[in-house]
Amino acid sequence: MQDKLVLHTTDGVELTLSIAGIGSRSYAFLIDWHIRLLLAVAWVLTLTQLLPLLPDRLLSGNLAMIYLLLLPASVLYFLYHPIVEVAMRGRTPGKRMAGVRVVTNQGQTPGIGALLIRNVFRLVDSMPFFYVVGLTTAIVTARQVRLGDLAAGTVLVYDERPGRLSFEGQVAAHPRLERRELEWVQDLLERWPGLAPESRCRLAAKLLERLGEAPAPWLEGDDEALRARLEAVAQETREEAAV
Amino acid sequence: MKKPQSDTALTAWLRKRVERWQRLGELAKVQRDRQDEKVEDVRELAQGFRALARDVSLARGVMPDSRLTHHLEALFLGLHEVIFRAPGSLGQELKKLFTVEIPRIMWTLRGSLAATGSLFILGGAAGWWLVATYPELAALFASEQMIQKVQRGELWTDGLLNVFPPSILSLQIMTNNIVVALFAFALGVFYGLGTLYIIGLNGLLLGGVFAFTAEYSLHGKLFSFVVAHGIVELTVICIAGAAGVHLGEALARPGARTRTEAFREAVRLGGRLMVVCALFLVGAGFIEGYISPDPSYPLSTRITVGVTYACVLWLVLSGRLWQLKPQADPF
Repeated sequence: MQDKLVLHTTDGVELTLSIAGIGSRSYAFLIDWHIRLLLAVAWVLTLTQLLPLLPDRLLSGNLAMIYLLLLPASVLYFLYHPIVEVAMRGRTPGKRMAGVRVVTNQGQTPGIGALLIRNVFRLVDSMPFFYVVGLTTAIVTARQVRLGDLAAGTVLVYDERPGRLSFEGQVAAHPRLERRELEWVQDLLERWPGLAPESRCRLAAKLLERLGEAPAPWLEGDDEALRARLEAVAQETREEAAV
Repeated sequence: MKKPQSDTALTAWLRKRVERWQRLGELAKVQRDRQDEKVEDVRELAQGFRALARDVSLARGVMPDSRLTHHLEALFLGLHEVIFRAPGSLGQELKKLFTVEIPRIMWTLRGSLAATGSLFILGGAAGWWLVATYPELAALFASEQMIQKVQRGELWTDGLLNVFPPSILSLQIMTNNIVVALFAFALGVFYGLGTLYIIGLNGLLLGGVFAFTAEYSLHGKLFSFVVAHGIVELTVICIAGAAGVHLGEALARPGARTRTEAFREAVRLGGRLMVVCALFLVGAGFIEGYISPDPSYPLSTRITVGVTYACVLWLVLSGRLWQLKPQADPF
């Protein structure tokens, strides 16, 4: 089983993308499934409340029900994947939250044709129930792809986007810290919102201690104070860069 | 803590390059969104790309597995995608699809189309024979409600417009037909067997239902209902089936290619054909919603509509609409 997609570029630079397994694939699908279900239900509920407010001529019995309620709700539910994947270039909100995206076997963003093919084959992948065919194919194929991906020549990879920190923030010099140490600080600050309070406090205290900036014992559990200390350390970098 | 000298030298190098990388990121974004494609920007991007390749290699050597190296690799990947993407726009792709590719694909699939067409006709004949010989088997092809209606001398399609407005009817029918066509194509992945099942079953159903209505002398009325939309609808289903059979054949007999390559190539062919199939099924859905159930249209009008629409289909598929002739064995 391969866990990397290796791309050989024309300039001799070799790039690797990490292939997402069926865990991430299923996680992304479940999020998307909830999103499209909620969107469809929300549409129906909202319109049910709004229908009595619409002028009578717009409401001719079943027709209004079908055109205004059921049709958009069905489109939201059944065409969510093809529309959103094409609009977001191989990503969906669920894939984004799971940190994955669809790329071609050459590592590029797939075109409309490949994305549509991938979604047409959902008809087979979802057979006979709960994506049994798709999951089985993903388990037995080297790149852990479902039939739709095999057909379209696509693969699901981890979306390793660079952090929010700009190039300037990354290349700035620090008066005392080595580059690697500065990276640790920047990394922890970027991951801060996604970490549990206890974990980030523990990591911050350890890191500050290593950098010779050990926090006072009464600050060790103080989330905000520790973050402020880390930011102050990183701030020195920016001031230095400005000088 | 004294910092190593190499770190200072590295910082100096990075500071020199950082503006260039930022500029490349901006240029890549503009090109990716196709907002403004200036020649000098494209040239700058191509030159910057080569320099970036050197920077990535250098960064990997001096700062392996660092955030900056990952950042540079991501930038390089983005630039690579922008520079090496296929040329052309959606409009050009569609034009090429209709004028060049579809006639060629139809030529390639002529054998598969003959097979699915024959299977459909055979299925229809078998369905007719079964119900004509064993009338009680009609229950396999029609619901209890349909049978009762026919026994009363009416077709289940009578008064259809009193139940559903034509727009809704068209929408339901075209959705259903497109799904059937997509299934006929995609089920080819089971070595063509899924496709053969869909095509055979559809033929069997049509033949059985016609035989059943013939028992009550309603087959002429059923023909009148079907003819306007049915010629194209059934032909398109058979064409989708041909794409599915081709898919199955590619898996069963990949030839000199690997099985995956043959499969992907067959999907590429079939996928293109499905675009045209879906378009014609949308038209057939409108005819089936607006003309077929409306008793005010005489049989002659229905036949004219059906035959004309079939001619348009033939002109598009053969490329004759654009004065193109299929070329021998293009793939």
